[in-house]
Amino acid sequence: MSISGATAVELLARMERGDLSSAEITGAFLDRIQSHDEQIGAFLFVDRDAALGQAEQVDARRKAGRRVGKLAGLPVAVKDVLCVKGQPTTCASRMLRSFVPPYNAHVVDRLNTEDAVLIGKTNMDEFAMGSSTENSAFKQTCNPWNVQCTPGGSSGGSAAAVAAELAPMAIGSDTGGSIRQPAGFCGVVGLKTTYGRVSRYGLVAFASSLDQVGPLANDVAGAALLLEAIAGHDPRDSTCVDRPVPQFSRTVDEPLRGLKVGVVKEHFVEGLDPEVESAVLAALGVYRSLGADVREIRLPHAKYAVAAYYLIASSEASSNLARYDGVHYGFRAEKFDDLIDMYAATRGEGFGEEVKRRIMLGTYALSAGYYEAYYLKALKVRRLIRDDFDRAFESVDVIASPVSPTPAFKLGELLDDPLAMYLSDIYTLSANLAGIPGISVPAGKSGNGLPIGLQLQAPPFEEERLLRAARMFEREKGEG
Amino acid sequence: MERADVVKTAMLARLKLSDAEIGTFESQIARLLDYVEILNEVNTENVEPMAHAVELSNVFREDEPRESLARDDALANAPKTDGEYFLVPPILGGI
Repeated sequence: MSISGATAVELLARMERGDLSSAEITGAFLDRIQSHDEQIGAFLFVDRDAALGQAEQVDARRKAGRRVGKLAGLPVAVKDVLCVKGQPTTCASRMLRSFVPPYNAHVVDRLNTEDAVLIGKTNMDEFAMGSSTENSAFKQTCNPWNVQCTPGGSSGGSAAAVAAELAPMAIGSDTGGSIRQPAGFCGVVGLKTTYGRVSRYGLVAFASSLDQVGPLANDVAGAALLLEAIAGHDPRDSTCVDRPVPQFSRTVDEPLRGLKVGVVKEHFVEGLDPEVESAVLAALGVYRSLGADVREIRLPHAKYAVAAYYLIASSEASSNLARYDGVHYGFRAEKFDDLIDMYAATRGEGFGEEVKRRIMLGTYALSAGYYEAYYLKALKVRRLIRDDFDRAFESVDVIASPVSPTPAFKLGELLDDPLAMYLSDIYTLSANLAGIPGISVPAGKSGNGLPIGLQLQAPPFEEERLLRAARMFEREKGEG
Repeated sequence: MERADVVKTAMLARLKLSDAEIGTFESQIARLLDYVEILNEVNTENVEPMAHAVELSNVFREDEPRESLARDDALANAPKTDGEYFLVPPILGGI
């Protein structure tokens, strides 16, 4: 089998047997980036020599029989929202075009400790705000299955890189669906972790009560392996929970006996593409054939998730992005009158339209006279959304649903309609509000050949259950 | 949401917007605010706001001195510096 088409676990096994070196694997992916990425646009930064240097180091250590990490020699692409010391970290924003962090994100430290090869930084919606990667200030990323379509977003570069076989695994971040939706659009596996499972130290903040880092891979076992490497306690992120990390990669192949799968009546409503609906119903059939008990559950507040989410996420964003003031790092406008005008000119020129729209919405929602009606109201509805999940998980182990209402939409199609773009995240963002984990697994293709994803959600810190349930489906579908 | 609200919010957010942007945001944000009215259908009486998914109380650590960034590293990304400090325009005399 070709190198680029192999799964992470296969590549690791071939390196351990001595059939392949990391330098050969890394070189093969770098060559593909060189020949294909002009068309796909997945990467913002690739340092060929640095990647090959890392690979050769791992090869030497492995050859000498020294201990190597869980990801030893595997290339991993990293969304450009995570700080890598000495490499540009732009968040796809003019504001951070020339920003070079003086430290590593915790997740990047973990990748280094486990001997991964950092193959490059991937494109994204500016500051992770968007669902199509079209809000990047620097380039457009195309869906590898149809270059007229979006790869989804905001981790569109990471999903497209894995789908186009430019990397076997990638890191993304998910604030409202930003790992799962592009994974679904690009036909790869993407997992949003439980809030608190992975440290956000060195993750550029968008909405701090919602942001999570997670893995993308070309199969479920790859996602399990990468999650195992990046998860765990870090005192530098006070929201990162101190609890043991299961060995996800060891248990992922074990099917779950007596699995109870919940289906949400409220999910099958107007706006759901019939091909997506039938792919999800077929997936439920697969679970039934595997002996699972599929039963209907209710999430009565599901339809309020988009409204609550955009108020909360925008409010937090308006506060988090106040730090971009043209003083300590990043862009500064050239023409201004005084200090206040310097701030305003810097932010007016440095941010793109979607970021400004969300800062405006958030500032308005938090401003005097509106705080209770908008922000506080949204936080109360958020609690009811979480209560719905808690109640649902009393009777089922996982909840199955679409990832997105439609397969990948056309580039440009929703750009002028922010609300329609926001509604494309309707199935994913309640997991962020509730803090629960969710995974997107390939569940077939539309008539036009575009991938369709199946989403599974589980209670907090049940990633192991999620991965095993996803793997049961993947094996049966014959896509892994 | 009216034009004056957009202008005031932009001032609060320290965002210099073009006339075209003000016009676009006026209609788009008005539409988003109409949409979020849907939340008023929900009875939230006696519901505690949920600020975080994992509700932690304060997380403490010992207050001990430790290494921080070297000055050169801290200044390396600054738009304007004299090598010792971040430089900003005069802060007195403006608004």
